[in-house]
Amino acid sequence: MRHLLDTRTLDRATALRILDVAEDMADTQSREVKKLPTLRGKTVVNLFFEDSTRTRISFEAAAKRLSADVINFAAKGSSVSKGESLKDTAQTLEAIGADAVVVRHPGSGAPQTLATSGWISAGVVNAGDGTHEHPTQALLDAFTIRKRRFGADSRGRDLSGLRVTIVGDVLHSRVARSNVWLLTTLGAEVTLVSPPTLVPQNVSLWPVRVVYDLDEALAEGPDAVMMLRIQLERMNAAYFPTEREYSRRWGLDARRVAALPGGSIVLHPGPMNRGLEISSEAADSPRSTVLEQVSNGVSVRMAVLYLLLAGERDDERGGDL
Amino acid sequence: MSETLVITGAQLLGATSADIIIEDGVIAEVGTGLTRTGARVIDAAGLVALPGLVDLHTHLREPGFEASETILTGTRAAAAGGFTAVFAMPNTSPVADTAGVVEQELALGEAAGYATVQPIGAVTVGQKGERLAELGAMATSRAQVRVFSDDGFCVWDPLIMRRALEYVKSFDGVIAQHAQDPRLTEGAQMNEGTVSAELGLAGWPAVAEESIIARDVLLAEHVGSRLHVCHLSTAGSVDIIRWAKKRGVDVTAEVTPHHLLLTDELVRGYDARFKVNPPLRREEDVLAVREGLADGTIDIVATDHAPHPSEHKACEWQAAANGMVGLESALRVVHQSMVQTGLLGWADVARVMSSTPARIGRLSGHGTPLAAGQPAHITLYDPAVDGVFTAADLHGRSVNSPYLGRALPGRVEYTVHGGVLTVDGGTVVEELGA
Repeated sequence: MRHLLDTRTLDRATALRILDVAEDMADTQSREVKKLPTLRGKTVVNLFFEDSTRTRISFEAAAKRLSADVINFAAKGSSVSKGESLKDTAQTLEAIGADAVVVRHPGSGAPQTLATSGWISAGVVNAGDGTHEHPTQALLDAFTIRKRRFGADSRGRDLSGLRVTIVGDVLHSRVARSNVWLLTTLGAEVTLVSPPTLVPQNVSLWPVRVVYDLDEALAEGPDAVMMLRIQLERMNAAYFPTEREYSRRWGLDARRVAALPGGSIVLHPGPMNRGLEISSEAADSPRSTVLEQVSNGVSVRMAVLYLLLAGERDDERGGDL
Repeated sequence: MSETLVITGAQLLGATSADIIIEDGVIAEVGTGLTRTGARVIDAAGLVALPGLVDLHTHLREPGFEASETILTGTRAAAAGGFTAVFAMPNTSPVADTAGVVEQELALGEAAGYATVQPIGAVTVGQKGERLAELGAMATSRAQVRVFSDDGFCVWDPLIMRRALEYVKSFDGVIAQHAQDPRLTEGAQMNEGTVSAELGLAGWPAVAEESIIARDVLLAEHVGSRLHVCHLSTAGSVDIIRWAKKRGVDVTAEVTPHHLLLTDELVRGYDARFKVNPPLRREEDVLAVREGLADGTIDIVATDHAPHPSEHKACEWQAAANGMVGLESALRVVHQSMVQTGLLGWADVARVMSSTPARIGRLSGHGTPLAAGQPAHITLYDPAVDGVFTAADLHGRSVNSPYLGRALPGRVEYTVHGGVLTVDGGTVVEELGA
C-alpha cells in the first residue's frame, strides 16, 4: 500500500487485509510487552494542521508500539497568506527523511495533493481532511462492528447483511463519508439520518438510503447506530433552529437507546457532546462502543502503518499489500 | 507606418478563398490575384481568415498584480490567441474605478501595441458594492469606458444594481454583471452536486447564479437598460436568458471557453488548475451552454483570462486562487467544442468572438468585416493541424491553464493588429513593426 487517502477507492480485499492485520496487532496489545520491533528505523511524521489530540495520540501510540521514530509537527495556517505553504512544509519533511506522513488538514483533498504533487516521496496517511474523508476512523468503526458481532471469529469476515444507521451532520462529516464507502464495500446496508439541511444536496450516487426521521430509522432495528458529532459553530448558520430541537429530533436519548434490539451497538467517533447528539444514558450504556473504538483505533493504525512501511512499497496506490 | 502585406488565398470566414492587401493599417483591397510590388507576401492557403478576435473579459492584472500579468505580457498572450482587442477587468490595485486608472491602462496598452486595450470601469467604489464609482468621469475620459463591472464580485444590492443600470443609459453604457449571490456561495469551492458531495468541498449552487440573473433581467426590463451577463455557466441560466430575450429585455450574455468544454468531474484530483469562479459545472450544463451559444441565446465567448502565480495554484484546493488563463487557448477550445461538433461555422465564430463583443462593448474599429476600407485587424487560423496544448503555447506571465497536456486542434498562424503583425508564422513577434 503506497498511501491511504480515502475509503472511496479502497477495495474489499484491501480493506479486509487491513482489518485482519489489525486483529493481529490487537492480539499483541494484550501482551505484557506491547512494543514490536517491526518499524525500527522508520520515521513517521504526524503533520497536524488542525488540532486533534485524540487522533494524534492514537497514531503516535500506533507508531511507537511498532518502534518507529515519531515526530509531531503541529502546523498552523493552511494558506500561503497565513504561513508556510503545504508545499514548503512537505519539502521540509522530505529533507528530514520522513518515511510516512500522517496528515490532518482542514482542507478537503490536502492529503491527496500531498501524495500526488511530487513534493514528497513518503507514504501519506489521511488522518482527516476537511469534510472529505477520515479513512482510519471508518476502518476502526468497521473493526469495532465486526469484533462486536463475530468476536474471536472475526478474521476474514465482511459486514454482509449488517444494517448500520449513521445519524447527524453528514454534510460536514468526513467520518460519515469514509464510513459510507467502507461499510458498503464490506457489504453493510447503510442508512443516513439527518436534518435535510445537513445532508449534501445531491447524494443520488451514494449507495445509501436517506431518511429524516430518527424514530422511523431506529424502528427498523439496525445492528449499529453511529452518532456523529454536532459542531457548535453550525448553530449560527441556520442548519437547525436550536440545540434543544436538534436533540429532541436527532439525539440518541435514553428512550431511543432502550428501544433498540438487544444486540445493537452504539458508536460515536468522539469527542461527544453529551446531552446534544447523545445522552449520557446512551453513551455509558453497555451498547456503547466508544472506548473500544479508541483501543481499536490504535490497532487499526498500527496495521495501516505496518502495511505502508514494512517490506517493499509498490507504486500503485492501494495496490497489493 | 506599418508594412504593406499581401495575404494570399485565405478562406474568408472559412469560405471563399481571397487575397487581402493591407496598407497603412487598413484593409486596402480584398479580391483575387492581388499583388503589390515590394510587399510582404503571406501565403494563407488553407488558413481561415477571421476579423481580429475581441475579448470582452480579460484580467490583465496591471496595475497592482504584475507578478501575475502585465498589460504587455497579457496582450502578448492575447495576440498569440488571435485577439486584437481585449477589455480589461477593473479588479486591479488600485481598482479601476476612476478616470485616472482607466487612462493609465489605456496608455499602457497603446505602448505595448500587441492588442487594443479597452478598460472596463468598476461599478462601485473599490468594487465594494456600496457606492457608485464615477461612471460618467470614466465614460468621458480618454478611455471612453462603456462597460462597467465589479467582476469578481456581484453587484448584489438590488438598489445599487438598479441605479447603475439606469445611470449608464446617459452614455450608452452597459453593466456586466458577475452573477453570484454572495450568501448562497459563502466558502464555496466547486459546483454543488454529486461530485462536491463526494469530495467534501463546499458547493457553489447553480441557483446562486440563476437567481441573480433572473433578478437582473427583470430590473433591466423595468428601467429599460442594457445588461450584460458575464460567464454564464448553467443550463438554468441559459433558460432565463432565453426567456428574457423573448420578452424583449435588452440583455446579452457570454460563456467562457472552459465552460464549453470542461466539467466538475475534473475536480476529483483536487488539482487547483481546475478551480475557477463560476466553477466548472455538470455535463448537462456544458451541453446547454453550447446549445445556447449555437442558437444565439448566448451572444459571445469571452475568456475570463485570469492569470495567477504558481504558488497560488501549487497548494491545497481551498487555499488556491480561482481562475484560469485562457487567451491563448480560446479559439482552439471553441474550434473543438463548437465547430468540430457542427454547432457553429467560422462566420459564427467571427460573430461570437469578434463583431458582437465589439458591439456590446461599443468598441469602434474592431470586429469589422474583412472588407476594403476597414481597419486591418485580422486573425489567420490553421484549422487542419492537431496538437496537444503545452506550456510552449502560453505567452503571458502565468501558466495556470487547465488545458496543459490536453489535445486541442488548430493553430493561430498570423495575427494582424492595426496592420502590424503581432504573430508571424505561429510565433509572437518580439519587435513590433509599427
